[in-house]
Amino acid sequence: MSRFAKGWCLMSAAFVIFLWPAAAEAHLMSSGMGPFYDGAEHLLSSLDDFLGIIALALLAGQNNKQHGRYILFALPASWIVGGFAGLMRSTEWQQPVVSSLSIVVVGAMLATRSQWTALTFAGTASLFGLLHGYLNGSSMGTTGRGWIGLMGIALTVFVSVAFLSSFSLLLKAAWTQIAVRVAGSWIVAIGLLMTGWALR
Amino acid sequence: MKNPTVQSGAILAVCASSLLLLMTIWPARVEAHVTGLMGGGFASGFLHPLSGLDHVLAMVAVGMWGAQLGSPAIWVLPVAFPMVMALGGMLGLIGVRLPGPEIGIAISAVVLGTAVLKEAKPRIELAAALVGFFAIFHGYAHGTELPPGASGMYFSLGFTIATGSLHAIGILIGLIHRWPAGKAAMRAAGAIVAAGGCYFLWSAWQ
Repeated sequence: MSRFAKGWCLMSAAFVIFLWPAAAEAHLMSSGMGPFYDGAEHLLSSLDDFLGIIALALLAGQNNKQHGRYILFALPASWIVGGFAGLMRSTEWQQPVVSSLSIVVVGAMLATRSQWTALTFAGTASLFGLLHGYLNGSSMGTTGRGWIGLMGIALTVFVSVAFLSSFSLLLKAAWTQIAVRVAGSWIVAIGLLMTGWALR
Repeated sequence: MKNPTVQSGAILAVCASSLLLLMTIWPARVEAHVTGLMGGGFASGFLHPLSGLDHVLAMVAVGMWGAQLGSPAIWVLPVAFPMVMALGGMLGLIGVRLPGPEIGIAISAVVLGTAVLKEAKPRIELAAALVGFFAIFHGYAHGTELPPGASGMYFSLGFTIATGSLHAIGILIGLIHRWPAGKAAMRAAGAIVAAGGCYFLWSAWQ
């Protein structure tokens, strides 16, 4: 089996596992393994966070290695900074419209295959990380998971970006690059529908 | 086509897409409405676009037309459609009134089927605008029909993947366009889509 076929199988398996949870909710759930893994589980089961990570990581890989290296550290770091700021709040701060629109933006970047400089791209990714980290932090502050849960989220962001951006770097065939763009358009579509749900 | 491996792969893709299409349009009652059995979540969202034959015909026709037009339409149309459709869905969700969505959907099947039948080759901007215009109606109809108790995120995910899969089926069917007999079959398929659209248009007027 070729490297690409192996990667594709792995991605498909990850996608199935990702879709598997019967009742995935946008709030922290108890994994039974402590706050660190609660944080990791939260990220993997929260599409509103994870779709943006998928879009940014795939786009980084579609640009070049430097984009991937920048975002690999910028996104988890900004997530931690935003998360700590959110932890300072005494009440939960949820902004589903803002969160959904941020997914629309990063999905559109992927669909149009934005050719920004690595620094500008990392800056945009950081804004996304700050926003979603802050939203995560504010919810964790009220559930008592604290900074350990935040570390679980940040590490999962790091691993996800490393995996997805390196996979995206391998996609050189024309049809695979089209598939990535189509994935971006799907992310935009989901973000728009989520915005509608939030405004309903 | 000389290469037997490529030829057998293309035949396999066409057979697989035909089977997939048959499975998707199989349900005994094809209506573009949510039934009581459809709960929230991914499965509900995934099944929703497949539950209306008018939607299925138009979305498959988008993929077929894209395949007929070739690059870049083969990917521009399937990229444009879900985004604009979701915009229509959002308009439906926030309560914006759009007159006659069912008529718009039926007309979309007529127009897209006719485009495939006539092998119309407009400029890519015009083709994308046309597909985008009709996508608004499709999204609006779905947006207003989303079940209130469903998990919004997973419903949206299933809804979008199902739509994209229908386009992919259309593109796979469009692979037969490279053979002379395939061109004729594609035109016949376009005629069937247009005829189906006429039937739904007539039903919508009743």
